[in-house]
Amino acid sequence: MSAAALEVNNVWKYYGDFPALRDIALQVAPGSTMALLGRNGAGKTTLLRIVAGLSKASRGSVTIHGSNVRDESTRRRIGVLGHGISLYDELSAEENLMIFAKLYGVANPKQRVNAMLERTGLERVREGLAREFSRGMRQRLAVARVFLHDPEVLLLDEPFTALDDRAIAVLQSLLRDMSQRGRTIVMSTHQLREALELATHVAMIQRGKLVYAGERKQEMLDDTGWLYRTYGEN
Amino acid sequence: MYFTGVLTIAAKDLRAEWRTREAINASLAFMLVILVLFSFAFDPGNPEINIPALAAGLLWMAYSFAAALALNRSFARELQNDCLDALIAAPIPASALYLGKVLANFVLLLAMEILSLFIFSLLYNVKVATHIWELLLVIVLGTWAMAIMGTLFSALTVNLRLRELMLPIMTYPFLVPALMAAILLTDALLHGEPFGPKNTLWLKLLAGFDIIFTSLAVLLIDTVLVG
Repeated sequence: MSAAALEVNNVWKYYGDFPALRDIALQVAPGSTMALLGRNGAGKTTLLRIVAGLSKASRGSVTIHGSNVRDESTRRRIGVLGHGISLYDELSAEENLMIFAKLYGVANPKQRVNAMLERTGLERVREGLAREFSRGMRQRLAVARVFLHDPEVLLLDEPFTALDDRAIAVLQSLLRDMSQRGRTIVMSTHQLREALELATHVAMIQRGKLVYAGERKQEMLDDTGWLYRTYGEN
Repeated sequence: MYFTGVLTIAAKDLRAEWRTREAINASLAFMLVILVLFSFAFDPGNPEINIPALAAGLLWMAYSFAAALALNRSFARELQNDCLDALIAAPIPASALYLGKVLANFVLLLAMEILSLFIFSLLYNVKVATHIWELLLVIVLGTWAMAIMGTLFSALTVNLRLRELMLPIMTYPFLVPALMAAILLTDALLHGEPFGPKNTLWLKLLAGFDIIFTSLAVLLIDTVLVG
């Protein structure tokens, strides 16, 4: 069995004849935080969707803690935050979280939902409908949904994009907490500064190909453009 | 866990529908409009027109047209805020997600159909009470057929731009055997004939359709949703 939390084995993804991902091979060690970088259209979202089991690879495979990502037991261990907030506008904050607590088989769902509402500062509006929330509140509720079942592997697609300051603070605090508890985090992002501060590892995709995968280096933090200049396109 | 998933999805869909009443209002209004318009076209008071001979067909036509409207919303509502991704990522089988939606659609359609059945009996002066339990059984089986096929094709067409058009185009051809059986059985019951050797075959066909297509849909839904 693989010791990696996440293993991407020679994954290809075609949209028609176009190869969106080309032979991606990547391992993420348990407890590490990986920033997945690349320009728009590089294939970050496609890769994350395959890793999350939302899309199938045309070739190759993905395992999480050695198991197929589409296994129910594996999906229970994953938290996915995509581009959308994945919440029902016509349901209340509490109802939204209760649905996912039940689907993930969370023990003491009511208690856990209360804890997450409190952590994200939404406990006073628990009965308010999601459609009545401000953008920032909806984003915090989305963050609460992802962390609700205490996932071992977190997959975040552009997590800081369009978040307000408070939602960013909540997300960063939850991510640091997860990281300290040895959880594995993979996040695709354009916000290099935020991502690199949290990341222990970096992977960079360019036109569907993995051009760099390794530990985060000090020069990346000192000069966020260094990575693109060194491994990216001119 | 499987049934918790089914019931959670069904309860979520019904609660969301109850709050917005999008599908209920559109489908029920459409169903009633069809029944009222046909009551003008085929004057129930005209002795030359054999209303009982047309009634079963009219009833199921109204049911199936209105169902297409309601079923279109089934997976389309998950597109808002990318909810479908969160459901597919959740640790429940795709079939549990699908059956939860089928169950919600079934309850919704059945409620609208039973309500409009009594309006239909008033408008067309057709006695529905003579074999009401047998009639309800046919409606339950026919509605399940529409719910399983419609929900499956709703999942298949959810990302299409013309899904409102594609859903009925794809669903109705598959529903022909079930609708035919339901119409013939309803016709016999409205004429005062109980289930007997003459129409048992159609009842078996309807039940068989439900079993076969429910099994097929459950087997196929993971491919439909994830690819």
